[in-house]
Amino acid sequence: MASAFEYAPAPESRAVVDIAPSYGLFIDGEFAEAADGKVFKTLSPSSEEVLSEVARAGAADVDRAVKAARKAFEKWSALPGSERAKYLFRIARIIQERSRELAVLETLDNGKPIKETRDADLPLVAAHFFYYAGWADKLDHAGYGANPRPLGVAGQVIPWNFPLLMLAWKIAPALATGNTVVLKPAETTPLSALFFADICRQAGLPKGVVNILTGYGDAGEALVTHPDVNKVAFTGSTAVGKAIARSVAGTDKKVTLELGGKGANIVFDDAPIDQAVEGIVTGIFFNQGQVCCAGSRLLIQESVQDEVLDALKRRLSTLRLGDPLDKNTDIGAINSAEQLARITSLVETGEAEGAERWSAPCELPSSGYWFAPTLFTNVTQAHTVARDEIFGPVLSVLSFRTPDEAVAKANNSQYGLSAGIWTEKGSRILAVANKLRAGVVWANTFNKFDPTSPFGGYKESGYGREGGRHGLEAYLDVR
Amino acid sequence: MPTTAPAFSDATASDSALRRFLFGLPGVDAVGLEARAAALGTRSIKTTAKAYAIDLAISMIDLTTLEGADTPGKVRALAAKAVNPDPTDRTAPRTAAVCVYPDMAATAAAALAGSGVKVASVATAFPAGRAALDVKLADVRDAVAAGADEIDMVIDRGAFLSGRFLKVYEEILAVKAECGPARLKVIFETGELSTYDNIRRASWIGMLAGADFIKTSTGKVAVNATPANTLLMLEAVRDFRAQTGVQIGVKPAGGIRTTKDAVKFLVLVNETAGEDWLDPHWFRFGASSLLNDLLMQRQKLSTGRYSGPDYVTVD
Repeated sequence: MASAFEYAPAPESRAVVDIAPSYGLFIDGEFAEAADGKVFKTLSPSSEEVLSEVARAGAADVDRAVKAARKAFEKWSALPGSERAKYLFRIARIIQERSRELAVLETLDNGKPIKETRDADLPLVAAHFFYYAGWADKLDHAGYGANPRPLGVAGQVIPWNFPLLMLAWKIAPALATGNTVVLKPAETTPLSALFFADICRQAGLPKGVVNILTGYGDAGEALVTHPDVNKVAFTGSTAVGKAIARSVAGTDKKVTLELGGKGANIVFDDAPIDQAVEGIVTGIFFNQGQVCCAGSRLLIQESVQDEVLDALKRRLSTLRLGDPLDKNTDIGAINSAEQLARITSLVETGEAEGAERWSAPCELPSSGYWFAPTLFTNVTQAHTVARDEIFGPVLSVLSFRTPDEAVAKANNSQYGLSAGIWTEKGSRILAVANKLRAGVVWANTFNKFDPTSPFGGYKESGYGREGGRHGLEAYLDVR
Repeated sequence: MPTTAPAFSDATASDSALRRFLFGLPGVDAVGLEARAAALGTRSIKTTAKAYAIDLAISMIDLTTLEGADTPGKVRALAAKAVNPDPTDRTAPRTAAVCVYPDMAATAAAALAGSGVKVASVATAFPAGRAALDVKLADVRDAVAAGADEIDMVIDRGAFLSGRFLKVYEEILAVKAECGPARLKVIFETGELSTYDNIRRASWIGMLAGADFIKTSTGKVAVNATPANTLLMLEAVRDFRAQTGVQIGVKPAGGIRTTKDAVKFLVLVNETAGEDWLDPHWFRFGASSLLNDLLMQRQKLSTGRYSGPDYVTVD
């Protein structure tokens, strides 16, 4: 028994998903080419293989989609909530039925491991539709007075890190409250939204209620600035969020922005160390760290710093990086060459500024976009890697001596989306959580999501909340 | 008399020192521990990895019979099976040991002589452990004299649960001294310890007292080995070796019946304690019905077809 326990490859079958060579825009219930005939390619980040060619929306397409949504709004918003709920429940069930197909598709297009799309993304996507389906006929009891009204047409722009989940976060509450939507997925991950368009048809959703425009930033800009859009919802980078906020300022559009983050994950000396190490791993290496609420700043109490770091490095050495379709893969590919370049450049900055880099000893595949799980020690608050969002599998480690210092350092950020606390002492959890300026504070866990729980940020992490009862407010006229 | 690992000699100076030491160990978050164990349970082990895991698991089995109705004939049959698990395929590895009550140790030793398969014996008033220390020590002495290579002792759960940790520690020390050349496996009966924090503390008491193996359970209570309590004990031996350089084995026992389960435990070993423990000297399965399922899966891998329970022996 000398040889090591090498896990043989266990790839999930690609046969469950049928990707067409080309896709059009989904407007008014039909797939159509872009008005100017433009297309772009989407590829698999793990292999650089071209998966499909999709239409590239321009301003004329945006206008057509908004008009379709406006027309559909009259009938859709007039339906009793219980009728809208039926459609949403139907969509949720179809998503469950097709979840294996969608999980494989998402893994191919995004590069994240099948383990995550299968066990995290898809169950949450279905759960969001189920949850908001349940609200559709109970809006009178949501705390916004009797018969709160929908806003109209929602223009929604979503990122590439959780393509289908972000779609669910946007579309489910919008439809439940009686709005119609025009959604633009990210240019690197358009496919699952197009499959969702097919699900809308399968569910018999009235034409124009959901419109999907694949395209680049120009299409997104045309969408959020379109005069007939009543509500803008955006998840993505802080820079784009600021541009959107500027462009809608002075209009009567309602806006929610869910932007960047630099979450502090605070480990106290009485923490359950083994579970904290797991939580640190989940916090920053889930989805290759491409998570806006990632726990990318690790704050360890000085007395356990060496112990935690040793345990963390040992644990990172067991992470399995490689083919995202392999069921045993923990770390998949970075979403795009552009994102990989950004991560690489920020890591180089970290090294140049004197932080100490350690990367897990794993072999990177020869094609595709990959970055080994990495952590920086000897980091101070002044370092770029402690301040800027890296959006990749890179953890910055800082230390603290007292709870006050931990809170001060955690809050010393332009962001405020998430934070984590690790301690066995319940009173400390409550005391520290109350002082943290972050939209979500996890205790003895990290990156746990649930449709019933509101999510959103402080400061440059954006405004408005998605999920939970609070998520309804963003799509209702509650003024 | 063996003594505590030097790094921790202060910890066992008194009852209160030991208590302070045990309560200073990092806590265990039950939700997180179980989530980690479940996540490792989703590893997909196929083809060559599965073949490797099956043979490794067979070689780690303590083939066990612990019934009041045990007879010398049954023990001899079990010994024959341990040496040659699959009469249709002589390439199947032998098991690690045969585990019997002390009064059967001599029979087992005679049947296994020269085979390389160890004789393990559950001494110390197994399974409840409710006897005077003298009686327990005599039990151990008998088993060793009868040829036991390994002694599986139960801890005094009554003393542990009432907080008399030093008593538990001293009893293990005394039994260890009685073992002579035999290796000592200390059984905590995790199902009776009730919390994961207790399991971690018990693990440390066992390791401090010189256990060669720490073992989950007797197989005689409702909750025996689980992925979570085994993961926790693997963390304990991993931490202990990091701090003392001393490697200690782990033995989950009871309730592991299928190949699928056994492979999940091997994944836990591989990704928690590491490769060094993937060896019958450092990891064991306390099981009896597991072997036949492993053999059937092994036949399936080599022939491409399922055979059935009539193609493995019933001993």
